Amino acid sequence: MDGIVQMQRQLIDYTDSLIREGFLDDQFNQLQLLQDESNPDFVVEVVNLFFEDAERLLNELTKALSQASIDFKRLDAHVHQLKGSSSSIGAHRVHRVCISFRNSCEELNVEGCLKNLQQVKHEYSLVKSKLETLFRMEQQILAAGGSVSR
Amino acid sequence: MEAHHLTALIVEDDKVIRTVHGRMLNNIAIKNQAVENGQEAVDIHCSGQSFDLILMDRDMPIMNGIEATKKLRSMGIRSTIIGVSTRSEEIHINEYMEAGLDGYLEKPLNIEKLNSIVQKINQHSE
Repeated sequence: MDGIVQMQRQLIDYTDSLIREGFLDDQFNQLQLLQDESNPDFVVEVVNLFFEDAERLLNELTKALSQASIDFKRLDAHVHQLKGSSSSIGAHRVHRVCISFRNSCEELNVEGCLKNLQQVKHEYSLVKSKLETLFRMEQQILAAGGSVSR
Repeated sequence: MEAHHLTALIVEDDKVIRTVHGRMLNNIAIKNQAVENGQEAVDIHCSGQSFDLILMDRDMPIMNGIEATKKLRSMGIRSTIIGVSTRSEEIHINEYMEAGLDGYLEKPLNIEKLNSIVQKINQHSE
């Protein structure tokens, strides 16, 4: 029993640290509040949807920025989508970089866009790995017979 | 907050946001459907369906939220239409409101914002 309590404590601390460090914001808490017995995997499902969506958009952005003649409108449309979906799951840092990225698109600033693309890829891979760690911790608690209710 | 078996239409091109908003509405017992752009929102009304609440995203392909709102109002649709967007500048909000919205909320929605919408719908129908 002690083992489970300790794991639950660690999960709470880990989630709090992700919010403190700005990887996640209150929107992530909102998602957790929507999870219940009738929707026990809601957070994992939505986050996985986000991962798929983000990876598709990052590929599109990479392709768009490697064209000889850059279509800034198209670029902006993809960034706008990523901005929206990242904010809907509380991926705060990804969302913030998308805001800068949109500014670079508006300014038709190629250098800026390239830099922002690197930044958003970096922030995405960070938040992805942290969320995967968080879900792994939840799985360990559940496997040991504990619960992860908020 | 009681939702009195209200129905809602989510008009949103992003799948992640459709899922989140759908679950939030389910959570307060509002039966909901989703479509992916303004044209689909118009088509679903042309097929005879109606909703108490329409959550209308602004930026969508094919037909955006401004055009769709104007079209629905011109069709005589009197549902509560709440514009949803990430834009916060007043000039953009005003432009969107003028299309015929009953209200405007910044994305992402949360439980508190949804409760304020339900209040609005209940006021609207009184």
